[in-house]
Amino acid sequence: MADVNRGNRPLSPHLQIYRPQLTAITSILTRITGNALIVGALLVVWWFIAAAKGPEYFALANGVITSWFGDLVLLGSVWALWYHALAGIRHLIWDTGRGLEIGTAEKLGWAVIIGSFALTALTVVVL
Amino acid sequence: MRILTDRKRAEGLGAAHRGTEHHWNMIVSSSALIGLVPLFVFTVGAAIGRPYDEVIAYFQRPFPAIVAVLTLLVGFIHFRHGVQVLIEDYTGGLTRKVLIICMICLSYAAAAIGLFAIARVAL
Repeated sequence: MADVNRGNRPLSPHLQIYRPQLTAITSILTRITGNALIVGALLVVWWFIAAAKGPEYFALANGVITSWFGDLVLLGSVWALWYHALAGIRHLIWDTGRGLEIGTAEKLGWAVIIGSFALTALTVVVL
Repeated sequence: MRILTDRKRAEGLGAAHRGTEHHWNMIVSSSALIGLVPLFVFTVGAAIGRPYDEVIAYFQRPFPAIVAVLTLLVGFIHFRHGVQVLIEDYTGGLTRKVLIICMICLSYAAAAIGLFAIARVAL
């Protein structure tokens, strides 16, 4: 079989020139938030082990977790946790075969984004 | 002579004949976390930043301690399976194997340390 044009064919669209779509962005954010949560999770585990060790060591962990850096990590983790939870619910809905139409999937995407910020704001107000 | 029918051997396994167990694990752990995560945020979150004596007294109550234990346990099992997919998607060969082993060890170690610490405080 003659294949005269091998190696000189147009490439499929690269990510850099591909117009970002809501479904793609919400999908990769699910992965990023889920895996980035390891930072906040390890911080909280360290805080627990410090509480188990005694008052002096706890003071160190408490100092770190209540510093501006600790606040930043916790605030980011809370948003990531809510985002990942809502996106996870969306995946569970999709797994039943529902909501896969493009229009519905985009509405669910906006619900995840807006919901994650709303729940983060609620968490900051309550705590 | 095969006793099992072709359909019986294929059912529930998908085209790759493996991996469904992993997917099922994620469905079960994520379903559990839908309930646990809000409880964890508002229960454990309420204790973070408080002084030592208050934190110790807080986790000596059953409810906050149980919420914390369950969320860390299910959360780290969920992470152990989730991060494996991330590694499998972007790496291969020996790197993939080493990274998966490291992350599984990290997940169970963090879960064990968290559970030990909470038990120490609560009991």
